[in-house]
Amino acid sequence: MSAFLNAYADVLIAMVKVLAVVIVLLTTVAYLSWFERKVVAHMQSRWGPERVGPYGLIQPLADGAKFLFKEDPTPAGVDRFVYFFAPFLALSLAMTTIAVIPLGPGQLEIFGRRTWFSIAEVDLSLLVVFAITALSVYGVALAGWASNSKYPLLGGLRSSAQMLSYEISMTMSVVGTVLMTNTFSLRQIVEAQRGGLSHWFLFPQFLGFLCFAISAVAETNRAPFDLVEAEQELVGGFHTEYASFKFAMFFMAEYGAMVTVSLMLSVLFFGGYFSPFPDAARFHWTLYLPAVAGLAGGALLLVNGIRYHTALGRAVLPLVALVLMGIGGLCALPAVIGVIQGPFWLATKAFVILFIYVWLRGTLPRLRYDQLMNFGWKVLLPVSLANVLATSLVVALGK
Amino acid sequence: MSPDLILFFLLAAVALAGAINLIVQTHPIHSALSLIVVMVALAGIYLLLGAELLAAVQIIVYAGAIMVLFVFIIMLLNAGKEERTSLSHAASWLGVPLAVVLTVVIGWRMGHSAPSPAMGGNVSGVSRTLSEMLFTSYVFPFELTSILILVAILGAVALAKRDF
Amino acid sequence: MAAAPPATYAVVLSAILFGIGALGFVFKRNIITIFMSIELMLNAVNLSFVAFSRLLHVLDGQVFVFFVIVVAAAEASVGMAIILQVARNRHSLNIERIDLMKL
Repeated sequence: MSAFLNAYADVLIAMVKVLAVVIVLLTTVAYLSWFERKVVAHMQSRWGPERVGPYGLIQPLADGAKFLFKEDPTPAGVDRFVYFFAPFLALSLAMTTIAVIPLGPGQLEIFGRRTWFSIAEVDLSLLVVFAITALSVYGVALAGWASNSKYPLLGGLRSSAQMLSYEISMTMSVVGTVLMTNTFSLRQIVEAQRGGLSHWFLFPQFLGFLCFAISAVAETNRAPFDLVEAEQELVGGFHTEYASFKFAMFFMAEYGAMVTVSLMLSVLFFGGYFSPFPDAARFHWTLYLPAVAGLAGGALLLVNGIRYHTALGRAVLPLVALVLMGIGGLCALPAVIGVIQGPFWLATKAFVILFIYVWLRGTLPRLRYDQLMNFGWKVLLPVSLANVLATSLVVALGK
Repeated sequence: MSPDLILFFLLAAVALAGAINLIVQTHPIHSALSLIVVMVALAGIYLLLGAELLAAVQIIVYAGAIMVLFVFIIMLLNAGKEERTSLSHAASWLGVPLAVVLTVVIGWRMGHSAPSPAMGGNVSGVSRTLSEMLFTSYVFPFELTSILILVAILGAVALAKRDF
Repeated sequence: MAAAPPATYAVVLSAILFGIGALGFVFKRNIITIFMSIELMLNAVNLSFVAFSRLLHVLDGQVFVFFVIVVAAAEASVGMAIILQVARNRHSLNIERIDLMKL
């Protein structure tokens, strides 16, 4: 038994990492839908999901159950293989990018083996992310075409043209960062931002950050660039003819892409897994922030769970709250506290960026398609090229 | 059976299956998807051969942009299944064996030409060396290709415009 | 690592892919599929470039692959524009219908 474990230790460790990350990612994607509905609702002076669980927190589970049990019709005349393949492609690509994003500093000791604090440690991880982003255009284009219907085809074509156009400015806006750090590895880029808030690449590469952020919002087909899937314009765009579970896959793929983009923004411009506080003794209290967050969240859930209006809720929710508080308490133990800092700060930054994503959706009106394409080609691309030029001048003159 | 060998045969099998599927399928969209599969498998083989940057460029540019162009055109032109037309049988009776002979001859000659070091090995710094070569020894073809792309953009726009 | 596969296997694979691409180029009737067979042949040649670059321990092969990819991109865009115009005029993508210089 132990001989088997020794031989395949690396594979087993990789599987453990993948399992942990996938569970966290799927939960995040599900609760991101709840978060978006609540935030957009409050921005529009209404409540959002309130009834299903305290503050509507069980809503994603209810939605998931609905998606599983709804009827799944296949329209007539569709190309069967492509129709069934497109949502799988979209979802699998959206879930794959997180494999190369560094989640924490240095290496971990799992079961006595040293392993990097990310699922896969690749020298060219930035290019891997862009490769997967390039492939995700297919999910949209094929879905639009395979539906054998006018609006999806139009929506699919426009959406893929939009994604291709903004992909160029997205890759160009990162070139400045690559010039500054001389590497394509995301881990090296994060390591170059060590030392607290003042070392983040947000400040030297502010133009690159703006270009990347705007291009990424357009790339993920989110507001204000979501003309191609807006109900008022194209019924549902490329996912009109998809029902229940296949639609849920597109839904999850979109939120998964949002999470990926938020993580990329945190890694490239906001210091990744490093805390914004410099590593001085007077900031040692910040090491306990994950524990405080877990305990506070658990306490809030406990208070609401005890007062819940159904008996089942009063039984289950306090248990979940106690588990959450237990995890928070674990984060204060000396064995865990060093390890949890990296992922905690990365998650916090990604959470703030996701809030800004949802904020954009609730605030800005949609861009018309020709305004969108004009903006991408005539404004963003020249600006990101100017950023590359300026950065290369500064780097070359600084040597 | 080292993992590299297994991986190579797996990727080669996928590439071959994709290539055969490309010529067997009647609908162009299925052929396009098979070609994308071939390109991704070839990117994997480039990784095995130590060309990391090329693998990434292959997926970003070839599979992620050029093939999207193909898929776009198939969708825009509403290309349907291929029709069975009357084909000269002499062509297929003579052509297929000759194609097989061509393949065997090329494969045999190239396969026996040089000493064969292993595929894996040190790949650190390949991207840096590759980029340095691109901008020093090969800078002239590099600039020429940028002019080529400019000409291609102008040509494509001029050709595909509708005259209103 | 022990017994990594020799790069000549990749060269043989490239020859086989080239042969399949040539077969597709000769026997398919749809212009777009013919174009895709050409792309398959270009990919096979790329693979042989990379394999030989590995065999001879130089990087020039990989640099050439860059140029081949760029040329393939330019050729694909202009070719697609031509195909678009031809399809608009002849209303067919079958090359047996597009065999006259004059309509």
